[in-house]
Amino acid sequence: MNHQGHLFDYPRFLARMLWRAIDGTWRFYAWMTMLSALALVGANAWAHQVASGLGTTGMSDHVSWGLYIANFTFGVGLAAGAVMMVIPAYLYDDEDMHDVVIFGELLAIAAIVVCLLFITVDLGRPDRFWHIIPGLGRFNWPVSMLTWDVLVLNGYLLINLHITGYLVYMRFLGRKPNPRWYLPFVFLSIGWAISIHTVTAFLYSGLGGRPFWNSALLAPRFIVSAFITGPAFVILMLQLARRLTRFPVGQGALNTLTNVLRVTIVVNLFMLGSEAFTIFYTGGQHETAGRYLFFGTHGKHALVPWIWSALALEIVAIGLLLGHLKSERPAFLNAACCAAFAGVWIEKGMGLIVPGFVPSTLHEVVEYVPTLVEWKITVGIWAVGAMVLTVAIKLVVSVLAQVGAPESAQHE
Amino acid sequence: MTDQKRRVALKVLGATLGAAAFAKAMEPLRAWAPTLSLAEFLQRNYRELDSEAKREILARIEQKTLEEHGVEVNVHDDRPIDGIEFGYALNLSVCTGCRRCAEACHHENNHDRATNNSYIRVFEMEQGSFDFEKGTADYDHAVPAPGKYYLPVQCQQCDNPPCVDVCPVQATWKERDGIVVVDYDWCIGCRYCEAACPYHARRFNWHKPEIPKHEINPDQGYLSNRIRPQGVVEKCTFCLHRTRKGQLPACLEACPTGARVFGNLLDPNSDIRWVLENKRVFVLKEELGTNPRFFYFFDK
Repeated sequence: MNHQGHLFDYPRFLARMLWRAIDGTWRFYAWMTMLSALALVGANAWAHQVASGLGTTGMSDHVSWGLYIANFTFGVGLAAGAVMMVIPAYLYDDEDMHDVVIFGELLAIAAIVVCLLFITVDLGRPDRFWHIIPGLGRFNWPVSMLTWDVLVLNGYLLINLHITGYLVYMRFLGRKPNPRWYLPFVFLSIGWAISIHTVTAFLYSGLGGRPFWNSALLAPRFIVSAFITGPAFVILMLQLARRLTRFPVGQGALNTLTNVLRVTIVVNLFMLGSEAFTIFYTGGQHETAGRYLFFGTHGKHALVPWIWSALALEIVAIGLLLGHLKSERPAFLNAACCAAFAGVWIEKGMGLIVPGFVPSTLHEVVEYVPTLVEWKITVGIWAVGAMVLTVAIKLVVSVLAQVGAPESAQHE
Repeated sequence: MTDQKRRVALKVLGATLGAAAFAKAMEPLRAWAPTLSLAEFLQRNYRELDSEAKREILARIEQKTLEEHGVEVNVHDDRPIDGIEFGYALNLSVCTGCRRCAEACHHENNHDRATNNSYIRVFEMEQGSFDFEKGTADYDHAVPAPGKYYLPVQCQQCDNPPCVDVCPVQATWKERDGIVVVDYDWCIGCRYCEAACPYHARRFNWHKPEIPKHEINPDQGYLSNRIRPQGVVEKCTFCLHRTRKGQLPACLEACPTGARVFGNLLDPNSDIRWVLENKRVFVLKEELGTNPRFFYFFDK
């Protein structure tokens, strides 16, 4: 088969698989219909927001980033964490992990789609989107960290699309994947996963005027928390896949991921604690943001319930993981994953982005509360992410589970 | 009908319904899109425009202002003058916190009336402290109040501006005469510059600015006080549409105490040079290395 052939067959293969992936049980249709409805509500809210301005959000000149950038930051962590599963699979040659690596990569793809959507809805002028495309607009690279983020996020999306697409296509053709065509990319994606979250942390930590973010620990914290959300989500996803599809999910992979989660969730709390120590023991003007976040200041307390529920969720997750260690009950593990995921979502989202702005650089305390429009758009974007992930998993599983009788893509 | 055919029919029906619902959901955009012309969409960054392109754009902005606000305005493209770099100094001993400067800015720069926006925020500070934490910009009583002094803050026109560094699309830059400007027609509205500025000097157009027709200042600059579009960032430009023509900034002219000193840093005989050489001046947040061109001093 020549390369010309693949050039035409691969898109045809994708289209055919996509067509097949949207076939399903009534449960699948109900799930997709619900997600579509949520996505449409979000799309409608966004259209309103574009037409009448970002004043429809709770943001202001004092708190100029809010729920969207919080979710963007969390999403980057989810994408990075998902691919971190590649590390045990390939670097430590853990055979059990090989089969589930592809789930991590699919999650990474869906998470990056979510991130790009959150950035888009945060723009005041989405119609000027092309100004940020290298070559077309004026790309302020390498000075602006945001241009680095554009490059690494889109690059990461392409790398993961290539790896998953190649592996599935080869399996479909009934051929053994040639390591030359995917292994270098797998290793590249490991380094790249670290880079997307490091660059996203540098976006904030490089700003001298925002002491709450201006910490060298921010990038390591981001990486560690990525190692919580990625494995937590994949553990839940694998168990669902085991229940709903014919795809064989080994216990080995689940054990490895649980072990990773047990360590990272504690390290993350340790890092949060050492940030808190530095802020409060040093005191002075730089303490204000921390005081506002944890206890409220000047009679304003909007973030206090958020951060304490994050801490509570993370501590509960640690307890549940210990419980799981003793009894091996899956219910413990699943609850721990949910709690850890929600805890980090708050800690790294609202608990990290908003206190960077409160107090403002001139120490005015203006609070931020997301509006209904922001919640609608946020839910809508996560619904789109869930749709992308569902279809991608169905597509991959339908190919991987189809043992024997390999068809050729050439014969339609 | 076979099961296969029924499935195809259902999928086609679902896709049609989905597309229709999506079109309906996006309907609010139809009210917004016509305000945007193709020429505007394709417009290049200010620094890539030749004089012919600039002429067309200025004429289009004037035309659009006439259509949308019913006012004839003149939009100029004032360029930096060779041999001039602007500096500003403010005498904290005489400032009484009356906020006439902020009000003059509000009118001069065609700010949105509803939000009472201004590029200047005046802080009432506690005598004996330089801690903004103890100050407030929301005071509402007769000034000057005992035990207080007043600190107006606006764009510091930094020589090392963090806002310019972070902009992903080079929509903001420092001009030859030291003024940091924004191309309102190029900004994508990501607000990274607002996060990066240590002086709270930047503002975002959360809605389309609204100004009563008769209050619009018709003397406008492309890079300064023209009525801004929705969804872009703006900032103090030292009133470049005035100062590049040899006039003084509106905030200085409005100041009743003479606290404000503005001039050419390159002219050894200018007032600003006299202040810098004879007063003990300081800048805000010097430790951040932003190198402001806005100076403060105490007289007594």
